[in-house]
Amino acid sequence: MSRSERKLRRSPLAREANITGWLFVSPMVLGFVCFLLFPMLMAFYMSLNDWPLLGSVEFSGLDNYKNALSDSAFWKVLGNTFYFSAGLVPLNIILALLLALLLSRSLPLMGLFRTAIFTPVITSLIVWSIVWKYMLATDMGFVNQMLNLLGIEGPAWLYDPKLAMPAVIVTSVLKNVGLNMVLFIAALQQVPAHLYEAAKLDGAGRTRSFFNVTLPMITPTLFLTVIMTIIGSLKVFGQIYVMTQGGPGNSTKVLVYTIWETAFKLFDLGYASSLAFILFFIIMAFTLLQWQLRKRWVFHEN
Amino acid sequence: MKTDSAIPAPAPAASAPYRSRRVSPGSIVRYVLLTAISVVMILPFVWMLSTSLKEPSDIFVFPPKWIPSPIRWANYSEVLDAIPFGRFYWNSVYIAALVTIGTVLFASLSGYAFARIPFVGRNAVFLLLLSTMMIPHEATSIPMFLFMRELNFLNTHVPLIIVPIFGAGGVFGIFVMRQFFLTLPKELEEAAMIDGCSRVGIYGRIMLPLAGPAIATLTIFTFLTCWNEFYDPLIFLNDRNLMTIPLGLSLFTDEAGTAWHHLMAASVMATLPLLIVFFFAQKQFIAGVAMTGLKD
Repeated sequence: MSRSERKLRRSPLAREANITGWLFVSPMVLGFVCFLLFPMLMAFYMSLNDWPLLGSVEFSGLDNYKNALSDSAFWKVLGNTFYFSAGLVPLNIILALLLALLLSRSLPLMGLFRTAIFTPVITSLIVWSIVWKYMLATDMGFVNQMLNLLGIEGPAWLYDPKLAMPAVIVTSVLKNVGLNMVLFIAALQQVPAHLYEAAKLDGAGRTRSFFNVTLPMITPTLFLTVIMTIIGSLKVFGQIYVMTQGGPGNSTKVLVYTIWETAFKLFDLGYASSLAFILFFIIMAFTLLQWQLRKRWVFHEN
Repeated sequence: MKTDSAIPAPAPAASAPYRSRRVSPGSIVRYVLLTAISVVMILPFVWMLSTSLKEPSDIFVFPPKWIPSPIRWANYSEVLDAIPFGRFYWNSVYIAALVTIGTVLFASLSGYAFARIPFVGRNAVFLLLLSTMMIPHEATSIPMFLFMRELNFLNTHVPLIIVPIFGAGGVFGIFVMRQFFLTLPKELEEAAMIDGCSRVGIYGRIMLPLAGPAIATLTIFTFLTCWNEFYDPLIFLNDRNLMTIPLGLSLFTDEAGTAWHHLMAASVMATLPLLIVFFFAQKQFIAGVAMTGLKD
């Protein structure tokens, strides 16, 4: 193989392919090196330094990481981030799957429902968060007005340390559930109809055929979706910025919000970079987990 | 993926009982659930529109008023007087347009080369590109901020245009275009090559025109991502006249406080145009956005 390859490389056709090939990819590769690869290496180097925006830079080895790991505020932030993920991911996945199942029949109005549920996905997260902040206003916000109609006095949703995070989680689920729903609908349509017929002939009811046919067949999509939703949820920022600014009392302060605050409000770029790399390591762990577990399910994909 | 003729059947399991005209209890439950969740999804938009046309004194009345009376259009003109909304709009539109054009152009060039031109180092470079897609943007944006400061590009649109084209979005675009070009038959190119067509000619005159669907999907994906981008404008922009819609709007929330009639009027203006486009091109939108879920 190597011999024939070498032969190919010497031929004028191969030379032409090399030159045009590299020419075609050069803008992207150059841009990639300048705007992704180099910044990434630079960010790692910065995380090993005491690096204020103004003033002198000092190499500090792993101090930033050590400081983070021994800081209770960091663990609180990490805990909040995982709380957000642990709340959002199951709610999002279960609701998306339920909606996909409800919509997977061709009945009247299904297209309309799908459009309605998908609309928040294309809406700006900032607009969605502003509107929900308004709807969740304590005194006469829409939600509390509705509760009032039922004779319940609504709580101060976004100003109660116990309620702020759940409120942000629910509004975030509503914003993005349509995306996973669409992916699940596509997966459900890929399940061959003859499998359902076979299950029916074998006397399986609706529930049995869901657990024994549908679920195993959509496992690859389900799994990919779960991992992508987890990774996305670890990067939560916009809704926190608009709705709570990390409050009340740091109860909704998440990792990316802290990275942003540390870098661009407190101008401690070195420490912020180390926090960003901790986020990167967590995301990498989930990505590797996805690759590992995917291998097990690979037979479903063929 | 299999292409059995049986697959597209949208109602595989136990569809027979539903064929009859009689309304089953199951389908009542189905419609009730779907109506309830759809109402929850649409309600924020309705309430936003309703509030945007209310007198300030009508906002917090109890029980809530659904239809504003009198209708107060002045809320909109007051917002336009308070913030340079037209500028936000123009900034958002032209930045998203340039990012989209740049991404489609460069990603399709690279995607074609990775799919079809057997150059040395092709697979290694492609794998390197793909492996960086999970890098969180928050990490690279810190050094990027320093570079842009060195180059005097802070408080300009340059970083907002350049970075997304060549960052993770661009890499994802390459992947999408490559996957598409791989599905096109090789015979097309071989015939063109025998006719003496150059690679550039093949790309420009044969492959690109065939890539319409992939380009449409990538366009919508890129445009929407850029249109709704918040983090980068927040970092790079200070000057209000340079701000994009999401950033300008978030800043306005700090100023407007609880002037919800103004905030909702601004939100309506920010949302409506895209929403209208969405209703007319739903299929393409859903395909484009669904790609986000497949990213990585």
